[in-house]
Order: sequence, then C-alpha cells, then structure tokens
Amino acid sequence: MADTALDQLKRSGRIVVVGASLAGLRAAEVMREKGFAGSLTLVGDERHEPYDRPPLSKQVLLGKAEADGTLLPRRLDIDAEWRLGVAATGLDMAARTVKLADGEEVPYDRLLIATGVRARPWPNEAEGELDGVFTLRTREDGAGLARALAAGPRRVLVIGAGFTGSEIASACRERGLEVTVAERGDGPLVGALGGVIGAVAAELHRENGVDLRTGIMVTALEGDSTGRVRAAHLSDGTTLECDVVVVSLGAQRNTEWLTGSGLGAGPRGIACDAGCRAFDLRGIVTDDIYVAGDVARSPHALFGYQFLSLEHWGNAVAQAETAAHNMLSEGTDRRPHLWVPAFWSSQFGVNIKSVGVPSMGSEIMITQGSRSERRFTAVYGYQGRVIGAVTFDNGRWLQFYEKQIEACAPFPPPFTTVDRRPDGQRPIPADFPDPSLPTHGPTITLSGYSPADRRIATFTPAGH
Amino acid sequence: MAHGILSQILDYSSRANPYPLYEELRKTPVFHDGTGPYVISTYYDIQSLLHDPRLSSDARNLAATAGDPLAEGGEAEETALPPSFLKLDPPEHDRLRRMTNRPFGPPHSPHRVDGMRGGLKDIVTGLIDNLGDTENIDLVDQFAYPFPVTMICQLLGVPREDEPKFHVWADTLAASLDPDPDADPAERQRKTHDSRMELGMYLAGLIEQRRKDPGEDMLSQLAVGHGPDESMSTMELLSTAALLLIAGHETTVNLITNGMLTLLRNPDVLAQLRQEPGLAVPLVEELLRFEPPVQLLPQRTPLVDIEVGGVTIPKGSSMWLILASGNRDPDRFENPDRFDPYRKDIQHLGLGSGIHSCFGAPLARLEAQLALSELARRLENPRLLEDPPPYRQNAVLRGPRHLRIACDGVRD
Ligand SMILES: Cc1cc2nc3c(=O)[nH]c(=O)nc-3n(C[C@H](O)[C@H](O)[C@H](O)COP(=O)(O)OP(=O)(O)OC[C@H]3O[C@@H](n4cnc5c(N)ncnc54)[C@H](O)[C@@H]3O)c2cc1C
Repeated sequence: MADTALDQLKRSGRIVVVGASLAGLRAAEVMREKGFAGSLTLVGDERHEPYDRPPLSKQVLLGKAEADGTLLPRRLDIDAEWRLGVAATGLDMAARTVKLADGEEVPYDRLLIATGVRARPWPNEAEGELDGVFTLRTREDGAGLARALAAGPRRVLVIGAGFTGSEIASACRERGLEVTVAERGDGPLVGALGGVIGAVAAELHRENGVDLRTGIMVTALEGDSTGRVRAAHLSDGTTLECDVVVVSLGAQRNTEWLTGSGLGAGPRGIACDAGCRAFDLRGIVTDDIYVAGDVARSPHALFGYQFLSLEHWGNAVAQAETAAHNMLSEGTDRRPHLWVPAFWSSQFGVNIKSVGVPSMGSEIMITQGSRSERRFTAVYGYQGRVIGAVTFDNGRWLQFYEKQIEACAPFPPPFTTVDRRPDGQRPIPADFPDPSLPTHGPTITLSGYSPADRRIATFTPAGH
Repeated sequence: MAHGILSQILDYSSRANPYPLYEELRKTPVFHDGTGPYVISTYYDIQSLLHDPRLSSDARNLAATAGDPLAEGGEAEETALPPSFLKLDPPEHDRLRRMTNRPFGPPHSPHRVDGMRGGLKDIVTGLIDNLGDTENIDLVDQFAYPFPVTMICQLLGVPREDEPKFHVWADTLAASLDPDPDADPAERQRKTHDSRMELGMYLAGLIEQRRKDPGEDMLSQLAVGHGPDESMSTMELLSTAALLLIAGHETTVNLITNGMLTLLRNPDVLAQLRQEPGLAVPLVEELLRFEPPVQLLPQRTPLVDIEVGGVTIPKGSSMWLILASGNRDPDRFENPDRFDPYRKDIQHLGLGSGIHSCFGAPLARLEAQLALSELARRLENPRLLEDPPPYRQNAVLRGPRHLRIACDGVRD
C-alpha cells in the first residue's frame, strides 16, 4: 500500500499542542493511544504539569485538598517534549510555526490550540492588585485564597454569583466565615439558569447565612495604607468592610496571542467546525489547526447550529478526544463533536447538574420534585422543544432529559412523571436576563447568527 | 415459539443456565406475548428505562388487568406492612431511602462500611477455619449463607441467635418474588402475608428495645432518627428494617456462591486471584455483570403510554427488566459470555441503576471481595464436586442452593 501523507504524519510528523491543561493533556494521550509516533510538543504558560481546576473552588477552599495536589491523572506516558512556563506568543500559519515567549519558533504539521480561558480581572487594575483581592482560575489563585480563608478574615466579599462565586461563598460558610455576595443580576446563577432557579439559589445562599445582595454593583475597592483591601463601595451608596475580596466575574478567552495570525480567533473564542478544525478569519476551514476545550466555539446541530462556547470540564475532555482523533484521520473517518453540554456544581451541600443549553430556553417547567424542598428537576423549553434541564439533588434522572434534548422532544413534556407536584403542572417564563447585558458568565455562550439578532445588519466585509 | 420463552425462563430446569434463553429473548427486545408482562432484555433499553421518570416502581400503579406471573396481587390490603422504599416512587422513596442512608453511608456516615472491614475479615476467617471435612464442603450452608447473615445482624443489631426464626420468614418472602408453578396462588399469598406480619412483629419487638436502650447499630439509629426529614413512622421503620434484613443477605449469598462457582470453572482466574488479592475488586464487578444475583426487576410499570424500541407499552402494564440479559448484550459488551476480570469497560446493570440502584452495594461489594479473595488464598486445590450444582427455585434471586466442593486442605 502506498505510504500516504497521513501514514507519514503518524510515523514521523510533528504535532504541537498549545495549552497544557485538561484538553491539551487528554488530546495528547489520545494521539499516542491512536499510534502517533512522531514528535509531540506541549506548550503551557503555567509552570505546572496539567492539573484539575474544579477542586480549586471546592475541596481546596475547604482545606480538604492542597492546591498543588490536584494533578490530573495520567493514563499513559505520552512521551512529549514539555515546554512549561513558556507562553505561545504568535502563530505563523503560512510557515506553520508557533512563536514562544522565549523567542523560539516551534514548527508543526498539526497544531492543537487548547488555551482555555482566564479569570476576568477586576476592571480597575490598581484596586485589583490590593492585597487580599483574588480571582480563582489557577493553582496559585487556589492556594492563595485557601490561605487567606484559613487565616480567618472578618468578612469575605465575593463579587459575582455565578457557579464559581457561589461555590466560593459556600466554602466560606462551611468554614464559618462571614461572607457577602454582591451580584449585579437578580439572583445567583441567573446567567446560566435563569431567574426562576436563581430565586431558589438565592434562598440557598440566605439560609446558609450568606449576606446576599442582588441588583447591586461593586463600584470601587479601597485599600489601607499598607496596600491591603479594607472596604468595598457599592452602587447603593453603602460601604462594606471586608478583608478578602474574590472577583468572580466570569472568564475571558485566551486568544490574544493569535491576533494578526489570520486565524478566526477573537474575544468570543476560536471558531471551528464540528470536527474541531479552526476557521481562518475569512471563515475558511484550516486543515492543520484544531481547537478544543474552553477556548473553542463550535457549531452544534442540536442547537440550531449556534456556535457554542462551553466552560465545561466534560466538554474539554470530549472535544479533545474528537480533535485528536480527527487530527490523525482521513476526511471520511473524521467525527463531529456532538457533545450535549453537561455541567455540575456543588454548593451549600446541594448537587447541581445541568444538561443541554438552559440559557437558550424561554420557559421552564418543574417536572419532578419541588423548589421549596430544593430537590427537583426543571426542564427548559425553546420554541416548543426541550432544550435543557437542571437538577438540584436529583441527578439520577438527568440521563432521561438528556435523551429528550437529543430527540428534540416537545415542550412542555406531554406526559406525567413520578414525583410531579402541583407547581410542575405547567411551564412558566424562565426569566433570563437580557442577553445583551454582560453577566457573571453563564458557562455556555451562544455566539452564532440568530435571525432575531439585529446586530447582523451592521455586517461589513473585512478589508482583505 | 414466542409464548414459551417466559415460562421456560421461569422453569426450574433452566435455572443452571438461563443465558441462551436471554439471548433468544434479545431477538425481540420488547417482548410481549399478549397477556404477560412486557419484557425488556437489551442493555441500552434497560439502562434508559431505569432512568425514565415515566416508570413507576409502585405496584399500586399497575392496571388490575396487567397479566403478570410475578404480580403480588392487591399488595396494599394483603400485607401487614406498607411497601418498602424498593417499591415506592419519589418523593416517598427518596425520603425513606435518604433517612435510611444517614446511619449507613456518606455524607453522614462515610466510614461505616469501610469500618466493617475488620469485622468482616474475622467472620470470614472463623467460617473458613471451621469448614471441617475438606473432602465435602457445602459452600452455601457453611460459608456463603452464614457470612452475610452474621454481618447484616451485626449491622442492624438483630440477634444472630434469632436466625432460625427469621430465616423461615425471609425465605418465604424471597420466594414470593418467584412464581412457583405448582403452588396454589391463594395459599402462597397467605403464607407471604403471614411471614411479613410475623417478621414485622419480630422487628417491632427489637425496635421497641432499641428505643429504650439505643446502641450503635442501624436499627437504633433509625428508631431514634434525626436529621432534616421528620423521622419514620413505626410502620415505615418496620418495612425498611425488613427490607434491609432480607435484601442484606438473600442476594449476597448468591453473589458469593456464583462467584466461587465461576472461579472454580475458571481456574486460571482463581490462580491469579490467589497471587493478587487486589484483583478481587474488578473481579467482583465482572461477576456482577456475568452472574448477577438479581436476574430481573419485575416491579416496573409506566404511568403513561411509553414507546420503547418502536413498541408502545400501555400505561399500567407490567414490565420486567432482565438485568442479567442486558449484562450479556453483545451490542454493549465485547465477548459478553466470557468471564474476564480484566475487562476495562464494565458499566454493568448487576446492581441496577438510577434511583433504585442497590442500596447495599458498597457492603455487598466488600463482602464479596473479602470472601472470594480469602477463599482463593486459603483453600488448597479446591474443586467442584458437582457441576452444575442444584439451584434454588427462585428465578429472580438466582443462585445455587448447595455448592459442594472439596479441597486438599485449608492454609493459614
Ligand atoms: C475554580 C473552577 C471550578 C470549576 N468547576 C467546574 C465544575 O464544577 N464543573 C465543570 O464542568 N467545569 C468546572 N470548571 C471548568 C473546567 O475546569 C474547564 O472547563 C476546564 O478546565 C477547561 O479545560 P481547558 O483545557 O479547555 O482549559 P484550561 O483549563 O483553561 O487550560 C488552558 C491552559 O492553557 C494555558 N494557556 C493560555 N494561553 C496560553 C498561551 N498563549 N501559551 C501557552 N499556554 C497558554 C493556560 O494557562 C491553561 O493552563 C471549573 C473551573 C474553575 C476555574
């Protein structure tokens, strides 16, 4: 049999992975499992070997795990050249090289970009640098915040009540610390799950002793003479004394290093096709550059081919596996990444899980259990079909609803279920905030064309 | 020959090897002979039905006409105790299971099961030390039955000496799951009812004592009850205790016996286990796939008409989910009829799935792991004296009634 280009790639090609975390590592493992014998380079700007982030806002803040004890398990020896502690700073698509911060250029035959997202910093840089002000994305963040909490601050202020902010507040309460949560929206989790569920989450906060303040913005942070944070000013004119502040305002995609490269990368992520192949700026698919994980935005058939950017652990793993497979496959053997979004969180002793794209839903119905018991399943409807579901302490049923989403099943569901209560007899508005207003980060961002989206009218062809 | 297959499965002569019948059944993934239950036999269908909120476990949702050889007709009036959480839907199921879990597992009692390791080991050691004549051992009577019984007694706080008493009731109740073609149904129902009542009265006496003088055992903790849910009513408590007592040993005995039988039929695996006791962990998982102690779940009924694999199953129908068949479905498992403790992909249905997945799973696993690794380590050159062994009548809780083996001696 003729030696194809693919055989050559597998035997002696050069694959570079930029972003040495969950998606990057998993992809590298799959490539080796699939018999890739060429050179494999992993570039990561963090100094550490790949580690896991979800424990950072959970076990680590409770002192149940060390921040540096969350290394990701290795399934096999990937025999890679590790370039850790060095950022990629540029991409030359024509020359097929990645530029590194230390000046080196690494050539590739196939490139996988998995640079993820970073925490959105406090907008006022000087205030953000005060001692005691944290964000939470990296191991260093986790270690620093855990130390600050262990020192027994008098009051912690969490800015933003998305999943991460809520988990941090929960950890503070479990440690017996006074905590205030300031949220611009009407309740916690509203960006991801809407106002109906946000109200349940708000009760959860308050019952657990969180000083939850909604519809409020923090306007400024104030430090003392030693540069330590001591107070926050709020939009209602009040001042709050606090000695630890956690800025939890969602994430920004790590795409700046691709500026000027010609790749379709921007603040909303890197656009790719369903097979994880990156688009260039002109919307033309590349054949040698792939994307996976939090930084990717890819079209999904189930959700009207909207481009989805997901900040979900499971998505990073599944997308990395698909990308790795496709990087080493001929056209017809490639697979689409058709992952149904799924996410979990735990806070205040409640296990929260979601599938699908709840934030796309306009209506919600409590099909099982009840909100007042904080144990329920809620289904989200969009134009007469099931588009998402969330469970509070009821996760064992979720698989069924996932299948409903996959089957484009009608909404409201035309059947009854076990544990249907009076308040689950009919749908109500899901109460999502206006999508044009920024939120603390919904964990799923829709960024495709919608016929209802008038902004498309401002389209101007790029000046090429 | 469609009609015959269910009766063949139930027929005692198929007990030793029902798997070819299951294979036959899987050709019609939703099997219905017109009068009997709807029988589901493929992995993916069973898996999704176990997570389907339109399916009820509560017999009160069965249509009166649902023809079902296993139906326990008119349970509500017929029995002395209310249904246990095994036969309830949420929210009652969730509340009772949650309260029962408090003294048993995480988050409230995370170390309970692991803390029993030492005690389990002692019982195993004692039983093996006393096997006696190694030329003729009945592994069921001498080991696989007394071990879980002793354990569940300790856990619940039921006096071990009372075993002869509750043994009879437990046997009758376990048998009530199985249609005995020769028995008169009215007579059977009466016996079941009486046994449930007597077991209930016996447990009521124990619980009364525990209320006055609570100990560390689960009965005491359930009787005293605390936590955000209000405590169990006395009747709920009795049903729960009866469930734990019976399910706590009627299934594990089969798991252990099936396990030893399988090992003796696969001497290479037995030898590996002797070398490497840690192999017991994946081995027990594979065993739960290969020879699950609960072969089928006969207690499901749809609340509305549902469609499975193109077949509409009417509301109120009786449904059987054949776990043991799903576990051998070639669409799910490679070489499903091969016993392979090194199998990587082992999401079996042996302990069920969804909200009713086996409550005692952590304990059952630990018991089987300890039992099998110790038997493998200590019995010298063990061999089967009879293969296949005589089975228990029960098609649902399937396992050998006796397992006669011999060995050259018992190591220390
Ligand atoms: C505190 C916390 C809690 C979470 N909890 C949950 C949860 O409960 N459930 C859930 O589903 N998900 C959760 N997540 C999200 C989950 O961790 C992410 O979806 C996952 O980490 C995404 O993996 P990734 O590899 O795509 O990106 P990342 O993990 O962000 O990795 C990207 C890597 O690339 C590096 N990088 C960036 N730019 C460059 C560059 N130019 N050159 C070289 N390297 C670069 C980054 O430093 C980083 O190491 C949580 C995240 C956080 C932070």
